[in-house]
Amino acid sequence: MYNSPYLRQNTSVRRVMVTVLVAMLPAIAMQVWLFGIGLLLQIAIASATALACEAAMLSLRRRPVARALGDGSALVTAWLIAVCLPPLLPWWMIVIGTSFAIIIGKHLYGGLGQNPFNPAMLAYCVLIISFPALMSQWPGLQGSDAATQLNWVLGGERALDAVTGATPLDALRTGLLGNADVSAVMQSPAFGHVAGAGWEWVALAWGAGGLLLLALRIITWHIPAAFLGAMALVSGVAWLIDPSHYASPAFHLLAGGTMLGAFFIATDPVSGATTPRGKLIFAAGIALIAWLIRAFGAYPDGIAFAVLLLNICVPLIDIKTQPPVFGHKVEPPDGGAR
Amino acid sequence: MLNKLFSFNGGVKPDPNKSASTREPIARLALPPQLVIPLHQHIGGTPRPLVTVGSTVLGGQRIGAPDGNVSSAVHAPTSGRVVAIEPRPMPHASGLSSPAVVIEPDGLDTAIERELFDWHAAAPGEIRDFLRDAGVVGLGGAVFPSHLKLNPGKSGHTDTLVINGAECEPFITCDDMLMRAEPGNILRGALIMQRMLAAKQVLVALEDNKPEAAAALKSAARALGHASLEVVVVPTRYPAGGAKQLIRVLTGIEVPHGSRSTDFGVQCFNVATALAVWRALEHGEPLTRRIVTVTGNVERPRNFDVAIGTPISHLFAAAGLKPDTDKLIMGGPMMGIPLPNIDAPVVKATNCLLASSPTLFAPPEPELPCIRCGECARACPADLQPFELYWHSRARNFGRAQEYKLFDCIECGCCAYVCPSHIPLVDYYRYAKSEIWARERDKDAADSARERFEFRNWRADREKEEKAAKLAARNAAKPAVKPADGAAPAADVAPSAGEDPKKALIEAAMARARAQKEAVAAKNTDALTPAQQAQIDAAEERRKRASELSGSDAPVK
Ligand code: SF4
Ligand code: SF4
Repeated sequence: MYNSPYLRQNTSVRRVMVTVLVAMLPAIAMQVWLFGIGLLLQIAIASATALACEAAMLSLRRRPVARALGDGSALVTAWLIAVCLPPLLPWWMIVIGTSFAIIIGKHLYGGLGQNPFNPAMLAYCVLIISFPALMSQWPGLQGSDAATQLNWVLGGERALDAVTGATPLDALRTGLLGNADVSAVMQSPAFGHVAGAGWEWVALAWGAGGLLLLALRIITWHIPAAFLGAMALVSGVAWLIDPSHYASPAFHLLAGGTMLGAFFIATDPVSGATTPRGKLIFAAGIALIAWLIRAFGAYPDGIAFAVLLLNICVPLIDIKTQPPVFGHKVEPPDGGAR
Repeated sequence: MLNKLFSFNGGVKPDPNKSASTREPIARLALPPQLVIPLHQHIGGTPRPLVTVGSTVLGGQRIGAPDGNVSSAVHAPTSGRVVAIEPRPMPHASGLSSPAVVIEPDGLDTAIERELFDWHAAAPGEIRDFLRDAGVVGLGGAVFPSHLKLNPGKSGHTDTLVINGAECEPFITCDDMLMRAEPGNILRGALIMQRMLAAKQVLVALEDNKPEAAAALKSAARALGHASLEVVVVPTRYPAGGAKQLIRVLTGIEVPHGSRSTDFGVQCFNVATALAVWRALEHGEPLTRRIVTVTGNVERPRNFDVAIGTPISHLFAAAGLKPDTDKLIMGGPMMGIPLPNIDAPVVKATNCLLASSPTLFAPPEPELPCIRCGECARACPADLQPFELYWHSRARNFGRAQEYKLFDCIECGCCAYVCPSHIPLVDYYRYAKSEIWARERDKDAADSARERFEFRNWRADREKEEKAAKLAARNAAKPAVKPADGAAPAADVAPSAGEDPKKALIEAAMARARAQKEAVAAKNTDALTPAQQAQIDAAEERRKRASELSGSDAPVK
């Protein structure tokens, strides 16, 4: 016997997760097209690791394995890890990151829906703290052939300077440390039009995927708008004050993980704020801290750390931003009727 | 005239599924061999039976007298003989029985002589009493006695009278068909209500998916030619027909939980109730019939004009219940209650009987953990955070659930409708609410026990004091003979004078405590929907059974 409502919308967690995966495809395709198939290999390794860890944890926790595997949430985590890591990392790093995300980041907290931290960002932070050198090698646009990429990912000899370059954010940091000013650094070929040769196109593809999520009502506008708005605002103010030391808002919006973060990372429902105002605060907070780390910190991109920091604040943000309940928005006319 | 509609947040747009039952006009259903007329069909006191087993009754004869003013009369729908007065299964989710008058119709359908009532000349109080005795209650499902609501309250007037024909729930079409069939009389009933409430304007509202009914009402309104009466078509979105949501759409006013809309100058009635008021006052017809939609997994979905007390099986037989039916529902697919018994009777609250099959309403998919996607919050018309209510209800953290305004939840089901994790959210709220009610009741019981205890102590103290005082008085009276006349009464008075302020204090404190308790109880347990009442009853019954069980299991000493 079950009770009302008997009518249910045709929806499911799997449908939500699959939609997210589909929305990631444009950016993945763009990156593969510009930088080679290394990313696909990374996605495959991360997916396999995630599913294996998920299955293992579920059976350890004596939960129905097949149903939970089918919900697609482990795949979303895996794909997000794969796309936020530098391409062409050796396979074991991806395995370490993904297993950490699924086992520690997700299941030790109680599984789907219970994790306070964004698992993909947890994996990223663990890897960048443990392997800072490997984590800052990014392939340049000149690219490498598929065989080389395969070889690299599978752990072969790495001819570092041949095809890797710094990311634009890295190049900017190094340049500024060497006392060059922003416009001089920007002359380097790695920068492309605005924010890194090729990478700006990948960023735009993330944006396109994000708009798809918005259109399909998987996410609301609050997080991307506040994220991008706050990023544009802080970087814009700094840039207006001192354009020789601070990159332009356009650079910050298209560089690094801004677009990916705004539409796909910060919008993770489980670890993010849930109220409309809370989402605005949460996302703006991430953007602000990410910019601070980019401008003054020791790591090239600060989005992962910013997300984790704000994850900690979520319970507080949610409590402080509860929207008014129907009928409790204004005082009743005769001062509290009854 | 109304030139701006407001909107409420949230809501969902399920497939209305209304066309099947609106193809044929309303059919008058033949009388069944037996009518089972429950005495308690409304919010408030249970009527006293006015007939005995074996008495003959006439159509329209009162068979249950209202128990106090917060109650309503019950009538025989036709002439016949009373064959039993006993508990019968009710159309409640709980499957509980309640006292009913069972009548075997004699087939003559002789009506009792109608009470003629000149409502034009009557005072509002008299009209209210008449409606109470005519058994007129809200027919939208809440079955609140209408006469209690037809009172403008302290201010003496009302701004807006809302006549609710929105009928937002899928499948249900009884109001739609009624508006098509009797638009003029509905509006006449509304105008009587307007007079009683001294309402400045009357807004008859319905959703834009009922164009025929809207056209019928509009032309009837033109014919009546009242400037203050307007037919308003509102956008279709479930639950636009919820009284609070409709009031919000029409006036922009949000009536908070626990408040009456009268305090905000608004009163809201269902269209069928307006018609019942008209029939009662103009024709002296008590409420003995209603329109019921029979739809879903049936051969011939249709609306029937049914005598109250007709067994539900009789209606499904008329509509042709399909064999693969797995469940019967009273009400719609969003808020309807599962019917445990097909022989339960149609009551005043029965607006729709819905047969379900596994293909029509698939059994729920397995529940997954909440992913905090917030879909439910976006769909909630009460602006709640349903997933928070769910977390706390599930964790039996009822205090927190109440902080998140559990009792503002109208159990509309929008949240469960959209939840991608297929969580039966409303079940969790119902569970939490019934637990909280049970706890409050236990606490009340403990409170009154404590009060009794305190009272006993106080009485013992008083008796001791009185004795001491009397003794003192006697002692004082002894030595002096003459002044004793004056002293003794003075001494007698003294203790009582000394005790009076104390007694008054204690009584005041007890009264305060009672008032506080009532206020607390009122917050959560007033304005109950029949479904909630049924839950309370069911919870009560469970407890009773549990204690009986533990009693019988107890070892014999
Ligand atoms: S819709 Fe369901 S899964 Fe989403 S937040 Fe609400 S309860 Fe959780
Ligand atoms: S059932 Fe309650 S919590 Fe759910 S949408 Fe309706 S009012 Fe909101």
